Amino acid sequence: MCSRFKETMGFALASSGLLGATGSQAEYGLNFVEPAAGVAQEIYDIHMMTMQVSTVLLLIVFGIVFYSLYYHRKSKGFEPDQNFHKSWFGNWSWVIVPVMVLGVDLTIASKADAVLKKVWVVPEGEKLMDVKVTGHQWWWEFDYLDHNIKVESRYIPQEKSEDLYLREVDNRLLLPNNTKVRFLHTSADVLHAFWVPALGFKKDAIPGYVTETWADLDREGVFRGQCAEICGTWHSRMPIVVEVVSQDKFDNWLEEQNQIKVAALAEASAGKTWSKDELMAKGEELYNTKCAACHQVSGLGLPPAFPALKASPIALGPVAAHLDIVLNGKEGTAMQAWGTMNDLEIAAIMTYERNAWDNNTGDVVQPADVKQAR
Amino acid sequence: MSTTTLTHDDAHHHETPTGWRRWLYSTNHKDIGTLYLLFALTMLFLGGASAMVIRAELFMPGIQLVDPDLYNNLVTNHALIMIFGAVMPAAAGLANWMIPMMIGAPDMALPRMNNLSFWILPAAATMLILSFVVPFFPGGGTQINTGWTLYPPLSIQVGMSMDFLIFAIHLLGASSILASINIIVTLLNMRAPGMKLMQMPMFCWTWLVTAFLLILVVPVLAGGVTMLLFDRHFGTSFFDAAGGGDPVLFQHLFWFFGHPEVYILLLPSIGVLSHVIPTFSRKPLFGYNSMVGAMLAVATIGMVVWAHHQYTVGMSLGAVTYFMIGTIIISIPVGLMIFNFIATMWRGAMTFETPMLFAIAIILMFTFGGLSGVMLAVVPADMQYHDSMFVVAHFHYVLMPGAVFGLFAGVFYWLPKWTGHMYDERLGKIFFWTNIVGFNITFFPQHFLGLAGMPRRIIDYNVMFTEFNVLSSFGAMIFGFSHLLLLYIVISTIRGGQKAKARAWEGADGLEWELDSPPTFHTWEVAPTIK
Amino acid sequence: MSAKAQSDDYFIPDPSPWPIVGMFSVFTMLMGVALTINGVGVGKWVIFAGLLLFAFLLYRWFRDVVDESLSNRYNKQVDTSFRMGMFWFIASEVFFFLSFFGALYYIRVIALPWLGGEGYLGSTQELLYPGFEAAWPSHGPGEMGGDFTPMGAWGIPAINTLILLTSGATITWAHWGLKVDNQKQLINGLIATVALGLIFVVLQMYEYGHAYADLNLTLGSGAYGSTFYMLTGFHGFHVTMGAIMLMAILGRSMKKHFSAHNHFAFEAVAWYWHFVDVVWLGLFVFVYWL
Ligand code: HEA
Ligand code: HEA
Ligand code: HEC
Ligand code: CUA
Ligand SMILES: [Cu+2]
Repeated sequence: MCSRFKETMGFALASSGLLGATGSQAEYGLNFVEPAAGVAQEIYDIHMMTMQVSTVLLLIVFGIVFYSLYYHRKSKGFEPDQNFHKSWFGNWSWVIVPVMVLGVDLTIASKADAVLKKVWVVPEGEKLMDVKVTGHQWWWEFDYLDHNIKVESRYIPQEKSEDLYLREVDNRLLLPNNTKVRFLHTSADVLHAFWVPALGFKKDAIPGYVTETWADLDREGVFRGQCAEICGTWHSRMPIVVEVVSQDKFDNWLEEQNQIKVAALAEASAGKTWSKDELMAKGEELYNTKCAACHQVSGLGLPPAFPALKASPIALGPVAAHLDIVLNGKEGTAMQAWGTMNDLEIAAIMTYERNAWDNNTGDVVQPADVKQAR
Repeated sequence: MSTTTLTHDDAHHHETPTGWRRWLYSTNHKDIGTLYLLFALTMLFLGGASAMVIRAELFMPGIQLVDPDLYNNLVTNHALIMIFGAVMPAAAGLANWMIPMMIGAPDMALPRMNNLSFWILPAAATMLILSFVVPFFPGGGTQINTGWTLYPPLSIQVGMSMDFLIFAIHLLGASSILASINIIVTLLNMRAPGMKLMQMPMFCWTWLVTAFLLILVVPVLAGGVTMLLFDRHFGTSFFDAAGGGDPVLFQHLFWFFGHPEVYILLLPSIGVLSHVIPTFSRKPLFGYNSMVGAMLAVATIGMVVWAHHQYTVGMSLGAVTYFMIGTIIISIPVGLMIFNFIATMWRGAMTFETPMLFAIAIILMFTFGGLSGVMLAVVPADMQYHDSMFVVAHFHYVLMPGAVFGLFAGVFYWLPKWTGHMYDERLGKIFFWTNIVGFNITFFPQHFLGLAGMPRRIIDYNVMFTEFNVLSSFGAMIFGFSHLLLLYIVISTIRGGQKAKARAWEGADGLEWELDSPPTFHTWEVAPTIK
Repeated sequence: MSAKAQSDDYFIPDPSPWPIVGMFSVFTMLMGVALTINGVGVGKWVIFAGLLLFAFLLYRWFRDVVDESLSNRYNKQVDTSFRMGMFWFIASEVFFFLSFFGALYYIRVIALPWLGGEGYLGSTQELLYPGFEAAWPSHGPGEMGGDFTPMGAWGIPAINTLILLTSGATITWAHWGLKVDNQKQLINGLIATVALGLIFVVLQMYEYGHAYADLNLTLGSGAYGSTFYMLTGFHGFHVTMGAIMLMAILGRSMKKHFSAHNHFAFEAVAWYWHFVDVVWLGLFVFVYWL
């Protein structure tokens, strides 16, 4: 007689047992990560608020249902109350219930609305630091618009990153503490989304459009996130690491980057003729960071999505056609235009591609050739 | 049936057609309903098998079983097969079987078209499966790695299999629209004399609203994918900024369909619950009128809140505020429905047969999923939840209880009517418990994964997410295998078992229970009179 | 064809092979299209085979329906079912068109101003397209397809508007004829309607030719070209379908299939024709004029 009830309770126990079991593993992150920016804190609070409201509502529903399951059983001899829906409550519940729910809804909405305004509207009349974030298949480009510095950020393979695999990148997005930063998101190919939980937001990167968000950084530290919009094969390999440092440190870093940039520019525009070995060495390194995600270190690609460059008719064929696809990419495919690299870099990669993996064409592409082709 | 005009034609449409023609050429709502249900069951297993591969891959960090493109291809196919192949056809199958019997009609209003709307489905499924397998043949292009939302420009990069998928969607849409027209016409025109709209059984009401929704939103999806096709092949720039278009436009079109679609999936199950709960509480449905009103409200509001799936695309403050408030407001009518169900149980005399167990589980777990939906609706917080595993947890909590369990409840509830046999109650209960436990172990942990920062649609993840993924995959295996029991129960009930009475359940009420179990090939040839 | 021998039973057709044949024909056609647009040569023949099967199917299916109708097996209730069915079918078509109109609206009101740096999030233009001005008609910042001249409203389009409006009147006139059993008026009205419909299609084709040849306005002309051809093309397709349906009805009228009280098929086609007409008015205003 009571067995049915026991089964029902079994369900309740099983599900609450699950709650308890998972609740004790806090170190794995059961909730949002700790916020690292002004608005992120408020977002965190609103999340906690809705979660608490939901929990209370859930408890009420569970409570009433289980009470009813227990007392209004046929096996307990309960006679159905055929007139329940005709009582005053039955007549008016269609007003009472919506009004009560509306009350809760409005509470949530009004709290949310206040936070929303702050999140959405980039503060005006203040000096914000502008960072342009461009998503690429499958890496990020950070452009410090105020300082004319660009950073390319890619995932680090498992051998090197180990436990931080898919959470660590080669070049982090460095930002100074106690600054308001305006992020300008866009994409070079397909949709991506910039998501660093500690900053409290996520924003889509839409090719051809720019979307904006901002953050009011207030804590030093390393904050990790990753691309949150499906962007093709290696969507899982687009981590983002933001490192918030003191203003001094940031200024030093900027200085360093500037020097590197100047040096690279000088090297590229030196107008010298490079030896094949120099180009091959440079090319290998560049190829392995920039091209290997698709065409693979082995040059074999991942057909049919990504063609092999080893023995590819383009890599073995005329230099001009090869240069063209590297400089201009191919519309409608994941192969993007790489023309943003300088002449030397392109020359090095081309030379590498034409001679590595038994391609042995013997061709040496010089920066001057690239310059001419542009 | 008129006795005056017994012509040759009249005489032979009372024979039961036999052999393969009976099924292929059918114009009988019961046979077509059976076809729909069998098709849906097959698709459930296909979609479920891909879900099992997904979960097996996510069991551990690293890439073990499939490559990333295949993973996303599976995710895409899993979602489309489940939604368009399993849930919608199953709901249409229930509609075909039950609506004419419930309203005292001899058949659906347009029986031949009814058969057409079924037979388009296998064609569509073939297209869908082609889109999955074509890339494995030489020259087949790349795999569909976009997820079921097919957002451009990624979907423009995909090879020819995307075209198969687009045509599959056209076919699925055509099938749904034809089926909906049929259902609307049947409900408006074929009710037994004397049955007013506000006396219609609730399942009929839910389907009436669902069919309206389908007719209004499915064409928009078809239009959206047509534009996608043109962008892919004919040089248009609807979704290309360079030409003045916008990738986000596709998202608007998709979700203008997509959000009402979730209520399309939900409502028929709500209809089933409106019969199951009163039956096993031995008490009429609480708040019939408010139920109808709530449903209409859900459908209307549901049509105008689609952009809550796109909070992160950079809409204006005004727009997101509007979509947020609209979305939160939906909790009012849905809450009223849930409330009515609870009030129906309240002070009833409940027994707990399998359909009722599912119904109770739905009330509890759908509320859970609905509440996480309200959390998602809050824009600032959705900046975090969006496209994370939290969303995956939300929608499986609404889709499984809200749609699939409702259909299970319906199948168990009406199986005696269809087959004439009672299913084995003990097995039914075992199925229920393994199912529910498996379900919760699978999807509950995904909330935490999402909050901790794990995006959806990724094949590979950092070690910090391992524990919950292991738990989730483990639950999925229990959950998956429990469905084999469903298969067993259904087959063995069709083949035999205790004879079912006309009124198979003690508390059941409605015209369908006045017919024999199983009903004769043609029923209600003389319309019943409604008191 | 005795006048009042309708059966009381709701008509349930016998098992019929046509639905499943319909499935095969549509599947074959779509398969053919999928192959063709991906450069598979046999695709065209597959489409052709599908079309043939489809035409055969329509002919046989409707022949069955006509037979049933003529042998008076449809009663009043069945007739109502047909009417409602047609009505809701047209409703779904309305929403199909709405998706294209919606795209036009979105591009003009939201996407272009955004690209042009207006309103909220104005940085798009500043960062990506300095100097780009968003004004309709537009082929976007990428100037897709090169310079083009937009299609004016007061030439062929205005004439076409008149043609369609007139055809709406002629079909109504034919309907009046049918209602009073005036066979001649019915046939003449239908002939006029079909002729007007065909003239419309021919003018439309001419307009497309002109656009491609002289205006450099192509499918590839950015957002303007895309929406222009999509909307007018989809409409033109509907006019063509409507004209074919009208011809079928004309044929049946000549065979005296319709009576003053019983002519659902005629009315269905007339509704459809009016629907196509109304859509055109929307097109004229939003695509050509504004
Ligand atoms: C059957 C399917 C179904 C149903 C019924 C729902 C119901 C709801 N959904 Fe869900 N949803 C999906 C299926 C469904 N959803 C799917 C498939 C996706 C993901 C698609 C994809 O991206 O792939 C999704 C995604 C999704 C998002 C986007 C998340 C994102 O991507 O960022 C949002 C945001 O607002 C949302 C909200 C809601 C809300 C508010 C409801 C409401 O209808 C819920 C209402 C119910 C209740 C609230 C519970 C009962 C009420 C009470 C007990 C009364 C008291 C309650 C209050 C006072 C709050 N859903
Ligand atoms: C009605 C719709 C529906 C249903 C019923 C399901 C059912 C299930 N879903 Fe699905 N799911 C979606 C709709 C649905 N899903 C949608 C819309 C998405 C989003 C897609 C996207 O991102 O684009 C999604 C995405 C999705 C993901 C996220 C993938 C990702 O983002 O990376 C996962 C992962 O856990 C998942 C798991 C499951 C599981 C385990 C089930 C289980 O319930 C399945 C249980 C059923 C069976 C298992 C079938 C029967 C049994 C057998 C076949 C025999 C036994 C076989 C074995 C055990 C091998 N689903
Ligand atoms: C995001 C993925 C991706 C990256 C990164 C990438 N490519 Fe490609 N590449 C492709 C795709 C896809 C194609 C095929 C294009 C097509 O369909 O013709 C391609 C084609 C090529 C080809 C033509 C090969 C052939 O046989 O058709 C060359 C050469 C090439 N890429 C060079 C490079 C170089 C050099 C780099 C790095 C600087 C690079 N690619 C980085 C995706 C990529
Ligand atoms: Cu970039 Cu996902
Ligand atoms: Cu939604």
